[in-house]
Amino acid sequence: MNQIYLVSISAMGGIGIFFGVLLAYSSKKFAVEKDERIEKIEEILPGANCGACGHPGCTSYSEAIVNQAESIQLCTVGGAKTATKIGDIMGVLIDESLITKVACVKCQGGFNCLDSFEYKGVEDCHTASLMYRGQKSCKYGCLGLKSCMKICPFNAITMNQFGVAQIDIDRCNGCELCIRECPKGIIEMVPNDKSVHVICKNKETAKTVKPKCKVGCIGCKLCERVCEQKAIEVKDNLAKINYNLCTGCNACVIKCPVKAINTKTE
Amino acid sequence: MLKDLLLIFIGAVLVNNFVLSRFLGVCPFLGVSKKVHVAFSMGIATTFVMTLSAAATWLIQTFILDPFGLGRFLQYVSFVLVIASLVQMIELFIKKTSKDLYHSLGIFLPLITTNCAILGLALLSVNKTYNLAQSLVFGLGAGIGFTLAIVIMAGIREEIDSADIPEGLKGAGITLLTAGILSIAFLGFSGLISM
Repeated sequence: MNQIYLVSISAMGGIGIFFGVLLAYSSKKFAVEKDERIEKIEEILPGANCGACGHPGCTSYSEAIVNQAESIQLCTVGGAKTATKIGDIMGVLIDESLITKVACVKCQGGFNCLDSFEYKGVEDCHTASLMYRGQKSCKYGCLGLKSCMKICPFNAITMNQFGVAQIDIDRCNGCELCIRECPKGIIEMVPNDKSVHVICKNKETAKTVKPKCKVGCIGCKLCERVCEQKAIEVKDNLAKINYNLCTGCNACVIKCPVKAINTKTE
Repeated sequence: MLKDLLLIFIGAVLVNNFVLSRFLGVCPFLGVSKKVHVAFSMGIATTFVMTLSAAATWLIQTFILDPFGLGRFLQYVSFVLVIASLVQMIELFIKKTSKDLYHSLGIFLPLITTNCAILGLALLSVNKTYNLAQSLVFGLGAGIGFTLAIVIMAGIREEIDSADIPEGLKGAGITLLTAGILSIAFLGFSGLISM
């Protein structure tokens, strides 16, 4: 009985060692000289293989950078830091204006916004939005059913006290998965270094918005007038901030009568 | 002798097609059959590995497992080991010798390591007590059969893409139906030769 153990162990071990040695030998023998920059870039990249750059993974992206002169700024997860480091390796200067972008839920509705009916169904925004565009009376409103929260690979999305999705900007890596997930299309990418945002997407007139939602933009243009930089423009009854001009002076935040313009930290 | 080999070949390609009659390697058959040229690359890669692994496993079986009486319980483990190492080595070899072939096979080559059709082939040819030549032909036939099936499937799926499919059947549903019908079609070859 002992013999069969010995024989099988030595047989398997023998086969294993034989192939191991053969593989080790052939990996030396058939070694292809790989551009060492590819490995260096791969180390810098986050390694999440999220595919946001349009390549299947971090390895193929780093290959594309070296071999096909692909842009070095495609990695949204790594952002400017990664792009700068890759730029050092490749000897390319990156566009200084490149700043990381993070997701921002453009709605403060939740309990501030009336429901048009009671939704008792699967906890999923897509399902809910099939039914009369969801239970919120505002068609631009966050349904608060956590679809984005479930898809976020970095656990950056939570539900705030109003029942609206909120993004933790320290955790957000800008992979844009939630933007694709949201059936309402109310999540947007915003520059990370700007704190003032119009947190509403409603393009309806004040008369329609006011009865439904306490915090919806009514297009009153007070912010447009108060902004010294002329960074805010009201178009289609909705204020829009030009982030290139915004200095973050908070004048509009103070002025806004419905508090639809707000700083992200609040 | 030659007639024997021809029968094994036809048997593996048509009558007992690995995918459509034995239902082995269904995963890549469904997964990589969206485009004809990709499916063809996958088929070629599989044929390549199948032929070589048929020979390698035959050698292992005849010279190591059979003499020591280990066939019964070490077969699976040792075959998996051999196939995996073989695929690794082929990958290294192709990478060095032909960059174009390496790129066209791409990710499929390492994926083949875990393809059950390869292990199935090795175990089947042991069961049938084939000799080396027969195993090689069996492997080649099985590979070509796989290529045939996956290319036909990819061709049909390319057409299906532009067809008007009922909402509920879109995607996996219609693909599985197609595979089933294709499998029934290949049933027509049974009885062509007796295996």
